[in-house]
Amino acid sequence: MFRLKNMRKSTKSNLVTFGIVIGFYIVIQILSALGLLTSSLSGQLVPICSYVILAVSLNLTVGILGELSLGHAGFMSVGAFSGTIVWTTLYGQVPNWLGLLLSFVVGGVVAGLFGFIVGVPVLRLSGDYLAIVTLAFGEIIKNVMNACYLGYDSTGLHLSFKDAASMNMDPTGTMIINGAMGITGIKKASTFTIGIVLVILTLLVILNLINSRAGRAIESIRDNEIAARSVGINITKYKLMAFITSAVFAGIAGVLYSLNYSSLVAKKFDYNTSILILVFVVLGGIGNIRGSVIAAALLTVLPELLRAVNDYRMLIYAIVLIVVMIFSQSPQVVAWRKRILDGIRSRMKPGPKAKEVQ
Amino acid sequence: MKKLISAALASAMVLSLAACGSTGSSESTSAATTGDSAATAEASATDGTTPIKLGGIGPTTGSAASYGIAVMQGEQLAVDEINAAAGHTVFEFKFEDDEHDAEKSMNAYNTLKDWGMQALLGPVTSTPSLSVAGETVNDNMFMLTPSASAVDVVETGDNVFQMCFTDPNQGIVSADYIAEKGLGTKIGVIYDSSDAYSMGIYNAFAEEATAKGLEVVTAVSFTSDNKSDLSTQVAKCQEAGADLVFLPIYYNEASQILIAADKVGYKPTFFGCDGMDGILTIEGFDTSLAEGLMLLCPFSATATDETTQKFVSAYEAAYNETPIQFAADAYDCVYAIYECVQNGSINGDMSASDMCDALKAQFTTMTFNGTTGEGQTWSADGTVNKPPRVYVVTDGAYQTAE
Repeated sequence: MFRLKNMRKSTKSNLVTFGIVIGFYIVIQILSALGLLTSSLSGQLVPICSYVILAVSLNLTVGILGELSLGHAGFMSVGAFSGTIVWTTLYGQVPNWLGLLLSFVVGGVVAGLFGFIVGVPVLRLSGDYLAIVTLAFGEIIKNVMNACYLGYDSTGLHLSFKDAASMNMDPTGTMIINGAMGITGIKKASTFTIGIVLVILTLLVILNLINSRAGRAIESIRDNEIAARSVGINITKYKLMAFITSAVFAGIAGVLYSLNYSSLVAKKFDYNTSILILVFVVLGGIGNIRGSVIAAALLTVLPELLRAVNDYRMLIYAIVLIVVMIFSQSPQVVAWRKRILDGIRSRMKPGPKAKEVQ
Repeated sequence: MKKLISAALASAMVLSLAACGSTGSSESTSAATTGDSAATAEASATDGTTPIKLGGIGPTTGSAASYGIAVMQGEQLAVDEINAAAGHTVFEFKFEDDEHDAEKSMNAYNTLKDWGMQALLGPVTSTPSLSVAGETVNDNMFMLTPSASAVDVVETGDNVFQMCFTDPNQGIVSADYIAEKGLGTKIGVIYDSSDAYSMGIYNAFAEEATAKGLEVVTAVSFTSDNKSDLSTQVAKCQEAGADLVFLPIYYNEASQILIAADKVGYKPTFFGCDGMDGILTIEGFDTSLAEGLMLLCPFSATATDETTQKFVSAYEAAYNETPIQFAADAYDCVYAIYECVQNGSINGDMSASDMCDALKAQFTTMTFNGTTGEGQTWSADGTVNKPPRVYVVTDGAYQTAE
């Protein structure tokens, strides 16, 4: 108890975040052991983990660095494709754990590389301009992957951006990416446990980054770029650091997501997906990592909970978004909420306070 | 304050998950109660057979909604007809929306599994079907898709069957037909490079056309992001002097191509595949532009055989619109399953896995007559064999091409 009290506020808050994730894992395991887990929920566990990672990583760019990125699905896409290529080509040739590890590493590294390539020219821009350029990046990735034909045969790798016939591939060769059909016949490998491990890894890295010296430098750029520059902070370096970290985890989330399904198409990673992730971040609170975790999980499950109301599903989903947004962000509501909470607190306070004095 | 909110949110999350679990179970209990009431209804009908739970998945919202809704209506119509004719509930039917998205489709599949589905009639579109098919193999759940025509869908496993032709098959048959009848000497192709259906047909067509000695003078593409104006693609075909334009695309885009061609006075023979069916039903489209359009399609709403006529009039009565090929395939799916019920090979008391094995054996041996063709059989790989029919639009209606 003594140590807990002396702990820094941020550390305590981080522990709560980890507690929520681990608690969620334990609850699901218990439900699963008792046979109470429905197929519907168990099928959503991996996507939930993947969306949590995406939201947390995007929050680093949007909330901590303070730059609006609308191309997060693009990083997810390059990560997903590169990781899945590694997984499918190595399948059966190396132990599964090694193949899986390699595909996550490759997915993350490739996405990070793209983060670097995009980041260097793009981070000179800011605000709306940056948003539009990242949006364009996401669309480029989608269209390139959609037109990409990749396969290998005895003579080596074949690549075409036109159609399958122009690859001149041996009929016995293997197609890896088949244009708009994407990658098919993926052996499913993602599990909830892997997902949770990756969520914890993401949280560890990103929370530590935020609370480090570098993190404070990044936050100072968000708060006032000119002031940050004047005290000698290397703006480009710290901007890139945040942007690339964000891209790496988006790539890892992409691999986790794609290995949960037997097929992968580029169309999935479009503008709508980027916006969806941004909605998680905004709804959970910009800069609030724990909020992102909770919002991503809830908003992934919500549309499925609303299946019962069929055609009104999307309407209710939208209304929920609006209500939550007003409830958590509108100044009047925030003031009203604070009054109510203070009221409750002042009624409950005397007991614990007396204890504290003792 | 922050702590309180986070605690509240955390508890809300746990609660919502619990609610998720309980909705799932409450749904299944409610389904069970309807099942019970149905069962009691049957018991009073002195039959005693348990209804079979059929699930359907398809996009009823989003960009592909017109196909999903057609399939849903076709399946529902067949289920209602069968139940009414039998005098008791043979099939219970539940259709879930997937928004033409693989992730949503998996969620829909899992929801149906919680409901107790015994056989799956869907999904409607290829991309979601690929993901769902992978899962049905693991569960050994019988899957019969009315319209997901990508060849990879049936290749996923031996429990996956198609009611429609595969894409490559359509491309090959089209090329053969064009070569055999000498419909064109210079062939242009306009296809959607972002669409798996279109690419599947086009790739096979291009290969077969070369093999048959057809001259493909130009192949131009568009993507789903830039299809608002297709006049450039039409102009390219015109420039290349194509006298036959092959359109392995869906009818909405095809109608734009016909309009664009008409504007510049370009009059080649247009040739489409099953996605073209429905072009005469587009609101505000001048059907005279489609005059002479040829299409390879297993179904025609104006066919005169008894099965088709019965289906078309029932569909029009129920939904006030002319059925397209998707609805017909869906309708046939339910009747194909019903044939297995009638010959006693499956019943509602079987588990999904047992039913899958029984249906697999049935489908590879039976011959089925439906609205999309007489004498349909299935190969062990899950593809359907039925005679392709080529129609030509004459006076605003399909006529069998000679």
